[in-house]
Amino acid sequence: MPFVAATRSLGRAGLFSLSVLRASAPTRDFFHELTREIYKIGARSLPIIAVGGAFVGLSVTLLGYRALDTYGASNQISALVGLGLYRELAPVLTALLFIGRAGSSIAAELGLMRATDQITALGLMAIDPIAKAVAPRFWAAVICVPLLTGFFCSLAISASYLEAVHIIGIDGGTFWQVLKDSVDFHHDFLVALEKSAVFGGIAALVASYVGFHAEPTVEGTSVATTRAVVNASLLVLMFNFVLSAFLFGK
Amino acid sequence: MHSDPPAVRLTDVRLERGGRTVLDAIDLVVPRGSVTAVLGPSGSGKSTLLAALTGELQPAAGSVEVLGTTLPRRQRELLERRKGIGVLLQGNGLLTDLTAAENIALPLRTHTSLPAPVINRLVAMKLHAVGLRAAADLYPRELSGGMARRVALARALALDPPLMIYDEPLTGLDPIASGVIMSLIARLNASLGLTSIIVTHHVHETLPVADRAIVIANGRIVFSGTPAELQATTDPLVLQFLRGEPDGPIAFDSGAAIDRGVQVEAA
Repeated sequence: MPFVAATRSLGRAGLFSLSVLRASAPTRDFFHELTREIYKIGARSLPIIAVGGAFVGLSVTLLGYRALDTYGASNQISALVGLGLYRELAPVLTALLFIGRAGSSIAAELGLMRATDQITALGLMAIDPIAKAVAPRFWAAVICVPLLTGFFCSLAISASYLEAVHIIGIDGGTFWQVLKDSVDFHHDFLVALEKSAVFGGIAALVASYVGFHAEPTVEGTSVATTRAVVNASLLVLMFNFVLSAFLFGK
Repeated sequence: MHSDPPAVRLTDVRLERGGRTVLDAIDLVVPRGSVTAVLGPSGSGKSTLLAALTGELQPAAGSVEVLGTTLPRRQRELLERRKGIGVLLQGNGLLTDLTAAENIALPLRTHTSLPAPVINRLVAMKLHAVGLRAAADLYPRELSGGMARRVALARALALDPPLMIYDEPLTGLDPIASGVIMSLIARLNASLGLTSIIVTHHVHETLPVADRAIVIANGRIVFSGTPAELQATTDPLVLQFLRGEPDGPIAFDSGAAIDRGVQVEAA
C-alpha cells in the first residue's frame, strides 16, 4: 500500500521535525556546534554561490535585454533582473545550490555517523543525538541560506551591471535608478530572505531525516545522499510555488 | 553490602526482534562488583541482551532491573538512567570530528557544569588510566585499533558509571592489544569498584578476568556459573562452543536454526 507507506513516512518526518525543534535548547554546546556548522555549510558554500549568482545575473541580463529591446524598453533591464532575482530566482537557485553542496553533506555525515555507531554511542552516553547532531545543522541552514541568498543577489546584480553597462551600453545611472524604483526593500528583498529561511529549514530537515534514518551501510549512506538532494529539491520547488502564490499572488 | 540490590537482575525476560523471539526465559543476576562474561556464538543473541540492558530494546515479557530499578520506557527518563551505565561499543563509536580528549570530555561537558580546567584535568586522568596521555590531541582516524578502543573505554568511564558493559571488546584487536584491554578492564573494575559485563565470544581471553560466566545458545542461557565450573562442564552444548566444533547441538547455520524455530531444547 504505497499511500499508507507514504502517509506513515510523512508522519515520521513530521515527528522528527518536532523533535528537532524540541531539542533546540540554547546551551553552550549548542552554540559551539552551531558556529561550527555555520562555517561548514555556510561559509564553505560561498564560492559556489558566488559563481552561480554571477552566471545567473549574466544569463538573465542577456535574455531580458533581447526581450525588452524589442519594445524599446532595454533601460528597464535592471527592474527585470532585480524583481526576477529577489522574488523567484535567488531564493530558489540558492536553495538548490545549497542542497547540492551542503544538503548532500549533511545526509552523508549523518548516514556515516549511523553506520559507524556514533549516533548509537551518543544515545548510550545519555546525549540526545538529535540535539547534538541534527538541531545545530538545522538552525545553521535556517541562518545561512538567507545570507547566501543575499550574497547570490549581490553577485548576480553586480554581474548584470557589468554586462548591461559595460558591454550592452545601458547608462549606469539609469540602471541603478530603475532598480531602486522597482524593487521594494520590504516586499521584495525581505520576502526573499524569509523564503530562503524556509527553504534552508526544508533542506536541512530533509537531509537530516534521510541521513539520520539511513541503513547503516555504505549503500545506505549513498541512497540517503541521493534521496536528500532529490527530495529536498522537489520540496523547495513546491514550497516556492505555494509561498509565491501567497506572497505575490495579488 | 549484602542488602544492596544486584547491579543487574533479569527476571523471566523474553526479547524479540522483528516479531521473532531471540531470547526467552532469561533469568540473570549480576552481583555488584563482579565481572560477568556473557559468552556465546555469533548470532546467539548476545547483542540483543546488551540492547535490553541499555534500554534500547524493551523486553516483550519479564523485567529488566539495572542498579536496583526497572529501566524506564520513556526516552527522556531512559537517557537520564544511562548516565549510570558506561558502554564500550564493538565499533567504538568515537565521534570522528573530535579529538580523543574532546571525545572523552563530551559527556562531562554535556552532563556536568564543571569549569573547563576541571574537565581538562578529568580528561587527562581518564587518558592516563588507559595509558594514552600522549594521544589526547589525536583524531580517531590517527589511532590504531587498540588505541581507539582504549579512548572509547576512557570515554565510557568519563562519568564514573557504577556499571560498565563491554560489547565484544576484543574484536579486531591483535593478541597484545587484546591482553592490554582485558587487563585494563580487570584493573579498572577492581580499582574503581565497578560492576562489569563483558559480552563476547572470546572465551579464553575473557575467562581469566571473569568472576562469573554465562553461555547463551539456542535462544536461552545454557550455562551459568564460575569460570572453573565452565571449564569443567560436560554439557555437550557448552562443550561444542568452548571447543569450537561445527557439529553439535548448536546449529552452525543460524538460518537452519531459525527454520526449525529458535526455541530448540538441548538434547
